[in-house]
Amino acid sequence: MPILEVEHIRKYFERTEVLKDISFSLEQGQVVSIIGSSGSGKTTLLRCLNFLERPDKGTIRVNGETLFDAEDSATWQESEIRKKRLHFGLVFQSFNLFPQYTALQNVMLAEELLAKEQPDYKTNRKNIHAQIEAHAEQLLGQMGLHDRMTNYPHQLSGGQCQRVAIARALALQPDILCFDEPTSALDPELTGEVLKVMKELAEQNTTMVIVTHEMAFARDVANHVIFMDDGHILEQGNPLEVFENPREERTRQFLSRFTQG
Amino acid sequence: MEQILEQLPIVLKALNIGFLQTLKLFFVTLIGAFPLGLVIAFGSMSRFKPLSYFTKIIVWIIRGTPLMIQLLIIYYFPGLVLHNPVWGGGETGRFVAASVSFILNYACYFSEIYRGGIQGVPVGQEEAGLVLGMTRGQIFLKITLLQMIKRIVPPMSNEIITLVKDTSLARIIALQEIIWAGQAFMKGSQGISGAIWPLFFTAVYYLICNGMLTVLLGRLEKKLDYFK
Repeated sequence: MPILEVEHIRKYFERTEVLKDISFSLEQGQVVSIIGSSGSGKTTLLRCLNFLERPDKGTIRVNGETLFDAEDSATWQESEIRKKRLHFGLVFQSFNLFPQYTALQNVMLAEELLAKEQPDYKTNRKNIHAQIEAHAEQLLGQMGLHDRMTNYPHQLSGGQCQRVAIARALALQPDILCFDEPTSALDPELTGEVLKVMKELAEQNTTMVIVTHEMAFARDVANHVIFMDDGHILEQGNPLEVFENPREERTRQFLSRFTQG
Repeated sequence: MEQILEQLPIVLKALNIGFLQTLKLFFVTLIGAFPLGLVIAFGSMSRFKPLSYFTKIIVWIIRGTPLMIQLLIIYYFPGLVLHNPVWGGGETGRFVAASVSFILNYACYFSEIYRGGIQGVPVGQEEAGLVLGMTRGQIFLKITLLQMIKRIVPPMSNEIITLVKDTSLARIIALQEIIWAGQAFMKGSQGISGAIWPLFFTAVYYLICNGMLTVLLGRLEKKLDYFK
């Protein structure tokens, strides 16, 4: 059974249809890259998966459970959505780290707030806190940030910020980790360090949906590539097929800009 | 000069009593207007249109008219028009009426500062919190609030210093604050009359008070410099 099934998603902003009947599915441990020009709906699709936008039509299922159904308003309830969001993690283009917290605190915050809702939190506070801290330290270590844990975001480079943001998204152990152009705000020198940790995550079979303009990365790391154009999925499949042998003229046109030069 | 030195203890004693009333009004206004301003800010940002229009109209009226008129209306309206002098007479009644006027007035100014502060926090901060499964309350308390405070300290400092001086308006309803106390020696009080110099001393009280506030608020601003 696929871990993620997206079926017939449509989304309108005012009268403009920005997502036009989007369907795709994803297996556990797979990496899907979504490519396409700006304004093609890639980011909106990710935002729909994370419940930051509500699709006007369609369904989203995770592990067979229907998380969202446009026909069933019971699935839109704010209180329900909060828990459903935890199936997904999201790494933003602009990091959106919390500036008043250190790298470590950024990673720990959400987990601590969730722990407070547990019945045994009060009696077991110290242990729980220590566990959360150890987990956060381990994640930051995995991101190569052992020596940056007590730094505030403004003291970190863009690449370091984005790695903190990845650790923060991983802290809640989402089923599916989404990336929204994670390297677009970085200068080329810093892009590499972020792509490296993403590649490592892929090797550990983290299920990921990555919106990216890094074509080489999409081709080499993804198991599946989706090419979006004007709100449609114009083409999808194995990266080799899509990159080497695109069926659609529009895909060829888009990719030629990256392969030349 | 000798006469002034002789009268100084009497004058300072009167000014101290007046200044105590000034400080009381100042702190009561802050304690009331800080939270009320936040409530009004949320009202004006509400997605429920009638509420947001209602609060915006209130803010427009309060900010668009002089505080002195508000003081007079709030103090005299219940007694003169409704024949129900809710404030009661005496210094206590005047103080309560003045506090209500000041809190309402300053809450409206604060609300606009809060609104600017909240809306100045990038929307990505809220989205990051939502994606991490936080409730809106948690996002406000744990993420937005401190960033908002950092943004509003400079404009708030301005308002707070203005408030120290604005408390003198309460003398229009005969609240016995420091200007009232100083002015009494012009009209004649405790054997001193026609003396303008006590008013200069009142100015010194304001200067010292605002000097301390400037230092304090400056420290707070510095303290929040640890993040950007």
